[in-house]
Amino acid sequence: MSNLLDVKALNVTFPTVDGEVRASVDLNFSLNRGETLAIVGESGSGKSVSSLAIMGLHNRARTVISGEVIHHGTQGSTELISASDETVRKLRGKEMAMIFQDPMSSLHPYYSIGSQISEAWAIHNDGSKRDGMKRAIEMLDLVEIPSAAKRAHEFPHQFSGGMRQRAMIAMALVNNPSLLIADEPTTALDVTVQAQVLQLLQNMQKEFNMGVILITHDLGVVAEFADRVNVMYAGKIVETAGVEDLYYRSMHPYTIGLLRSIPRVDQIDNHRLDAIKGAPPSLINLPMACSFAPRCEYSSLVTGGLCTQSQPELEQKSAEHFARCFLPAERIAEVRS
Amino acid sequence: MTTPILEIKDLTKYFPISGGAFGKSKRAVKAVDGVDITVMPGETVGLVGESGCGKTTVGRTVMKLYEPTSGQIFFDGEEITNLRGRAMKPIRSKMQMIFQDPYSSLNPRHTVGRIISSSFEIHGINPVGGRRGAVQELLERVGLNPEHINRFPHEFSGGQRQRIGIARALALRPKLIVADEPVSALDVSIQAQVVNLLDDLQQEFGLSYLFVAHDLSVVQHIADRVVAMYLGKVMEEAPTAQLFAHPRHPYTKALLSAVPIPDPRVERSRERIILKGDLPSPANPPSGCVFSTRCWKATELCHQVAPLPLELTPGHRVACHFPE
Repeated sequence: MSNLLDVKALNVTFPTVDGEVRASVDLNFSLNRGETLAIVGESGSGKSVSSLAIMGLHNRARTVISGEVIHHGTQGSTELISASDETVRKLRGKEMAMIFQDPMSSLHPYYSIGSQISEAWAIHNDGSKRDGMKRAIEMLDLVEIPSAAKRAHEFPHQFSGGMRQRAMIAMALVNNPSLLIADEPTTALDVTVQAQVLQLLQNMQKEFNMGVILITHDLGVVAEFADRVNVMYAGKIVETAGVEDLYYRSMHPYTIGLLRSIPRVDQIDNHRLDAIKGAPPSLINLPMACSFAPRCEYSSLVTGGLCTQSQPELEQKSAEHFARCFLPAERIAEVRS
Repeated sequence: MTTPILEIKDLTKYFPISGGAFGKSKRAVKAVDGVDITVMPGETVGLVGESGCGKTTVGRTVMKLYEPTSGQIFFDGEEITNLRGRAMKPIRSKMQMIFQDPYSSLNPRHTVGRIISSSFEIHGINPVGGRRGAVQELLERVGLNPEHINRFPHEFSGGQRQRIGIARALALRPKLIVADEPVSALDVSIQAQVVNLLDDLQQEFGLSYLFVAHDLSVVQHIADRVVAMYLGKVMEEAPTAQLFAHPRHPYTKALLSAVPIPDPRVERSRERIILKGDLPSPANPPSGCVFSTRCWKATELCHQVAPLPLELTPGHRVACHFPE
């Protein structure tokens, strides 16, 4: 597996009249080809904001972005944050692509599905309209749209939700990208359709050997799909680990709390759910403290009130396993069980 | 035998599709097509299914927000199918609804106090200690600060707004609450809080819930009995533990297998049934069994004859020619 993406000290800040919203703070991670990294978090945790920054999709006039995003493509490496619009535009849609949550609002209602996919192809390839349409039909066939040649001429409203998301995947993959960012790709879909689309994404990933960043709040989808996981809370990565480490040896109280709070279909239970108390903080003027401390069950175990006085760093707890918490790994393991 | 708090018999709700010359409606969307559901006092019945299966329509028809096309609805032994307007009003105070979207179900121009006390006003109730006091008590009961009575909905988070919606539903001390996807718009860490609150309130006030949701994990946790719908019809109904452990209808089986489990080893070793295709249009449902177009067990019989629900074991009804 070769290195595909390096994100170093990425910060995304929105200046507002009420103060700076630090939507994504000091993000560091990397992604290999063929690998799936899941980014998990609640609304406002910064998961979408950081991936939009990777894709260069923020309005730079209203957003302050610092740090480095290095994409290692077939044509060499590019740093995307400082790169010109022109450079990013050449990569976007070709080397890196994105699919969004709501396929209805990311497809143009006036143009046929086929022409929208062929447009995405034509931006990065020389060829006639006919070539583009041929390629679009090929792609629709690949994402298992029945009678693709006919349906390519239909419009988004004639497609069901699941088919629209397939069409979005076809469009994203039309130029054979090395990086795919999927932002809540199945959240708007029913579970049976979600299962279809996730299976399709997995097949496509193998076929194209893509690195996939999967943004989701669904810990079930992560368990199924991810190799590694970043858990985000209030703009920061609070835990990062391989998928099994994260689920079976969680090191951050937030992750532990999340996993405990969700009921499962395969375990019949009647006990009360272990809810995390409180609510996520506002991202404006966050205090110099652990953002999770007010909701944390374990902060009393940390001596000297450290949790409310200074910010914990992302600390290595075991090989490939990092967590942003003052509590030593042994203590966490103790309280977790 | 105790009287069910809610009994729905052979309920149908068709929405006409207007079209053609003079707007004469020719066809209809069969949103609910012959549904029977019973809710006993103190019981939670989960109503599950995918979007378009008619579960929300059932909830709304029960509340008489829609007029049923045919069938009967009994509330606490009394038939309410044809009640409307003034006759329905005393019943409404005993059955209340919680909506999915805490953003659009609260009037943004009214204070929380006014939103909740409007129930008292409409029904001309003057609780002991005054309306304001009663509202503050309710706020406290659902876990909000009673001093926030003069605040507006936008000053609260999604989870808090859902608590306001719950307080409003509780104000008249109802017997039945129809909860339509009450936690699906909430963040994961907030969902558990609201589910626990609903649990507690049920204990405290002896409430019955008709809990409409697509999230099977939440329904598994909260419901005593589960009814699974597909394209306007009930496919399977069983006590929760039984339905989740031994689904007998192929649709329920596929639905359960599609829900990802937050446990990598379990999830990756699981066999999954992937249904082909999409939900057919409820305006033009397949002949025979409505699920036959996506069912891997379907035979000629299924395409021609709709199966009747059969009680295979006590309390476990399945509408399938070839149950598992």
